[in-house]
Amino acid sequence: MNASARPQAEGSLQWHRIRMIEHPLIRYGLTVLAIAYLFWSVGALDIDWSRMAAGLPRAKNMVVRMIPPDFSRTQLLVRGVLESVQMALIASFLGMILAIPLGICGASNLVPKPIYLIARTFIILSRTFHEILVAILFVKIFSFGPLAGVLTLTVSSTSFISKMLAEDIENMPSGQMEAVRATGANFPKLLTYCISPQALPRYLGVSIYRLDANLRHSTVVGIVGGGGIGQVLAASFSRYDYDFSLAIILSIIALVIVGEFFSSWVRERLR
Amino acid sequence: MLEIEDLSKVYPTGTEALKKVSLTVDTPQVVTIIGPSGAGKSTLIRCINRLIEPTSGRVFLDGTNVVILGRRELRKVRRRIGMIFQEFNLVERLTVMENLLSGRLGYVGFWRTYRRKFPRADVVAAFRLLDRVGLAGYQNTRADALSGGQRQRVGISRALMQQPDLLLVDEPTASLDPKTSRQIMRLLVELAHERGTPALVNIHDVGLAQSFADRIIGLAEGKIVFDGTPRQVTAQVLTRIYGEEDWSTTIRKVDENGEADTKKGSSKRKDTLDEEAATG
Repeated sequence: MNASARPQAEGSLQWHRIRMIEHPLIRYGLTVLAIAYLFWSVGALDIDWSRMAAGLPRAKNMVVRMIPPDFSRTQLLVRGVLESVQMALIASFLGMILAIPLGICGASNLVPKPIYLIARTFIILSRTFHEILVAILFVKIFSFGPLAGVLTLTVSSTSFISKMLAEDIENMPSGQMEAVRATGANFPKLLTYCISPQALPRYLGVSIYRLDANLRHSTVVGIVGGGGIGQVLAASFSRYDYDFSLAIILSIIALVIVGEFFSSWVRERLR
Repeated sequence: MLEIEDLSKVYPTGTEALKKVSLTVDTPQVVTIIGPSGAGKSTLIRCINRLIEPTSGRVFLDGTNVVILGRRELRKVRRRIGMIFQEFNLVERLTVMENLLSGRLGYVGFWRTYRRKFPRADVVAAFRLLDRVGLAGYQNTRADALSGGQRQRVGISRALMQQPDLLLVDEPTASLDPKTSRQIMRLLVELAHERGTPALVNIHDVGLAQSFADRIIGLAEGKIVFDGTPRQVTAQVLTRIYGEEDWSTTIRKVDENGEADTKKGSSKRKDTLDEEAATG
């Protein structure tokens, strides 16, 4: 408080909320423009309402043909589910391993600037493209099957886990690192005596979450040809085997629920 | 033992934290550094083990100029310098024993430290220290389960595990209550004297500094403005260090209480008086 500040006259004590855009004309003008653009977009996209109407009976037909689900091709179903699980496991494991060096290099408080920038660029680039795009690319390169799927999920797991790890390390209080450095410890010892014990629970938690996510994503990756139950699903749709499709969808739901439960059960124990 | 010559530090922001500071500690004594926030106390002790790189000047530890050392030699010097921190800086998810043994990181090879297979002598030394600082039986407790005073005892033990030739202590009591502060300061000073290890202690609390130090250095705006015994700290001296203020209640009445109580260890009656003064 400034010594010269005196009680002000009642009239000058006014307050109004601070708005993001102060000028009322600009504020309302922008709102009107945004709404106008929304309406124009609907028109420009040429959305055909009659098609919507025509789709409804087709949807009904599909649902009717789906019921009851056909679980008779058990072998195909089980093999697909198992393949998805294996893909998720392998990809998560590879992701966990690859994320350690990448995550450490992506922590600005641990490594020199150039290494940090390279690692972060790598992480950002692999996060830029949606898994489907990466999967399509890998299917083109390595052809149909689980190899392409595993590679896709490995890329996304690595970038996800390493980003989390890097951020976790950056948020560590600097004092503990300072203390361990002050004992004369070199970089590997700093990693094992400070970074690793402090980052481990979250790293494991994120990895388990990623395993769960990979189970879900493996089904989607399969649809574009990356192997697993998703590929079986895509095949059944293209053959109009809707009752088999429903059986697959129900299996996927069961798989995802089991994965979810497993993941939250493990993470609860990691605290 | 420790010789600092014309040590300067200019931060990238342009702040001159240290301006040609020179200082010699040639006997195993406890030197407290007092001064206002921003006077450069933390910078000074961190420039000695180069957790902060000094801009210019020389720091000699037993004749070696620390400032010009390469990374490998610097780590060798660092393991001879124990450091104790305000926020204790224990690795929270490690046990007390692991934190103590981390004081040996500069001496033991990577794979042995990784597998927690420290030399027998180090483990014995750790148990002895735990006993000495009053934490016997706590070896497998995780550091985040300890109270502030206990954590600082672990912090002190970790530094002593290095068998240091010099202790750098940064505000050891600033996170502790008055009673624990006195206990920690007493323990620190006793251990430094027992082992003949000189200690540089940054401290805010002028009363504590006077009670426990062999020598007091006053730092203001990056320069040493006072260097003397606790007895020589007068109101004029404090004004020189901190600026104008009524110092009559801050300064310890040296004549009434006699010499600082470190020489004789603990004197209970005076402690209770000080506690009352601190809380009342």
